[in-house]
Amino acid sequence: MRMRIVPTFRIIAAAAVSLTVGSASIAQTPAPAQPQESEDGQLVVDVTGGQRAALPIAVPYMPTPAATDTAAGGTEALGRQVAQIVATDLGNSGLFTPIGPGGLPNVSFDQVQAPNYGAFSSTGAQNLVQGFVQANPNGSLTVGCYLYDVAAQNQLTRAGYVVQPRDWRRAAHRCADSIYSRLTGEGAYFDTRIVYVSETGPARRRVKRLAIMDYDGANHRFLTNGQYTVLTPRFAPDQRTIVFMTYQGNRQPRVMVYEVETGRVRPLVEQPHMTFAPRYSPDSSRIIFSMAINGNTDIYTIPVGGGTPTRLTNTAGIDTGGSFSPDGRRIVFESDRSGNQQLYVMNADGSNQRRISFGGGGYATPVWSPRGDLIAFTRTGSFQIGVMSPEGSGTRILTRGVYAEGPSWAPNGRAVMFTRGASQGQLWYVDVASGALRRVQTPLGGSDPAWSPLRSN
Amino acid sequence: MKMRMTSIAAIALALSLTAGCATRRAERPIDPPTETEVTPNDGLGNDGSQEGGPGSRADFLRSVPADRVFFELDSYSIDGEDRATLDAQAAWLQRYPNVRVTIEGHADERGTREYNLGLGDRRANAARDYLQSRGVSPDRMTVISWGKERPQNPASNEEAWAQNRRAVTVVPQ
Repeated sequence: MRMRIVPTFRIIAAAAVSLTVGSASIAQTPAPAQPQESEDGQLVVDVTGGQRAALPIAVPYMPTPAATDTAAGGTEALGRQVAQIVATDLGNSGLFTPIGPGGLPNVSFDQVQAPNYGAFSSTGAQNLVQGFVQANPNGSLTVGCYLYDVAAQNQLTRAGYVVQPRDWRRAAHRCADSIYSRLTGEGAYFDTRIVYVSETGPARRRVKRLAIMDYDGANHRFLTNGQYTVLTPRFAPDQRTIVFMTYQGNRQPRVMVYEVETGRVRPLVEQPHMTFAPRYSPDSSRIIFSMAINGNTDIYTIPVGGGTPTRLTNTAGIDTGGSFSPDGRRIVFESDRSGNQQLYVMNADGSNQRRISFGGGGYATPVWSPRGDLIAFTRTGSFQIGVMSPEGSGTRILTRGVYAEGPSWAPNGRAVMFTRGASQGQLWYVDVASGALRRVQTPLGGSDPAWSPLRSN
Repeated sequence: MKMRMTSIAAIALALSLTAGCATRRAERPIDPPTETEVTPNDGLGNDGSQEGGPGSRADFLRSVPADRVFFELDSYSIDGEDRATLDAQAAWLQRYPNVRVTIEGHADERGTREYNLGLGDRRANAARDYLQSRGVSPDRMTVISWGKERPQNPASNEEAWAQNRRAVTVVPQ
């Protein structure tokens, strides 16, 4: 093995990361709220159609049944922080206008399940999130999370999360996830992480390190020390491995597989050629990647555990950026076989290759949405992020006036994270429904973000 | 009050059954490789060369018009000026048949990261193929693509982009 894992290796830096994702961001102002009635008569937010709704939702501080010190701090302080995270998460999506936690009436523990609706109706909130933080005898925390309809005065959903104190932020994200899902009817994306490339130093000698953090920038850690360049990390859907590309020693740059449980790192293929642009199949069994041989780049797949690569393209040109459809039956990729970069779709065995992008300029880095309905891409030339249908219709540009590259889908297929800035990269994401743009704070520059699946899956 | 607390805790506990196993072991840092590098490729071309005798990097840089050739946007074709440069490089390499070289292919920032890796590979191979056509054994040449990761000029303008679209013949120090 070329890379050794030393279990006692110190965490290289425990960087304190700004948690104020929302406040440092530029948000497009969402259109006025247009809530719709769902079948069971509850207010919902439409994230699929043309309506852009920002639903006012109150999130007061969460009480504790008994103030208790824990490894993550006192339960009273945690209750305030959990409420703040829930409000920030919901606001980040652009689909909600959080009210509070500051400035809202205090909620006592026995009001958590019996809300004082009248106290919140005057805030304009249509929905109310209440909860509590409780220390358990075994050292764990229980975070309760309840969603109410203020006007109808009834409970819409409730959930409880038992976590170790170090995972208290996850409980808050999962609470926000449950509310987002209940009110939008969609899967959520707050209890997720980002693996990305941390960048520092001058462009000619840029140091690039693998790093991992929560989706909001918290709990940031470096995974490599910067001695060798790393690019394009991706999470496996089953979260057991992370694949990335690295320049290492005097060999060809190549794709490596990092096994999370064992810490083992191994090359994906043994061939002495450059391999790059890796992505997983939806069932995590295979990796699609590109391999350059004598100046010609084609697309291959291989089992995650290794084996013989299967070649899928064979044109004279650069075929790269392969990405599976969520059912695993089709692949979208980019090719310059027509003269410039365009998007193509083929069957998973490489048959029936057909071009889907025909607009002016080039299209690159296609990524099939986990929902299957959209393909995100980089528009070359202007470097913007957009989406189109798998048939190539309905092209929509999501970013304006900034250099953007390399989209990665949130697990619910409703938000896209990308690199912004050509020289000193930043990580941003955009909610596809609301158009809200948010920056994720990183300790240094950042590029090549990859969104994890929901961690609780 | 007591009853309510108990019921909330019970509900929370019941709801948490699918949530409790979510804690995973944190990913461990990946250790750097420990192998000794003979000629580590850092993408920095012939930077840092010192004085040297016949067959050295310094000798190569003194003997050829340029250590690199340049390309048009999205192109990998070798033009007349490039051929003159590579002809001189080939002649020098013929004089020192024991010297092995690395040919770095680079792209400007106007391509996406992964596409530029393929493009840099194309350019390095184009230079290598030309040197081979001038009698340099392919066994003596290694190509590597750095995509847009190692710009010669970090500026974002036509002049910088033209300098960055290059294939550099790197001679060991």
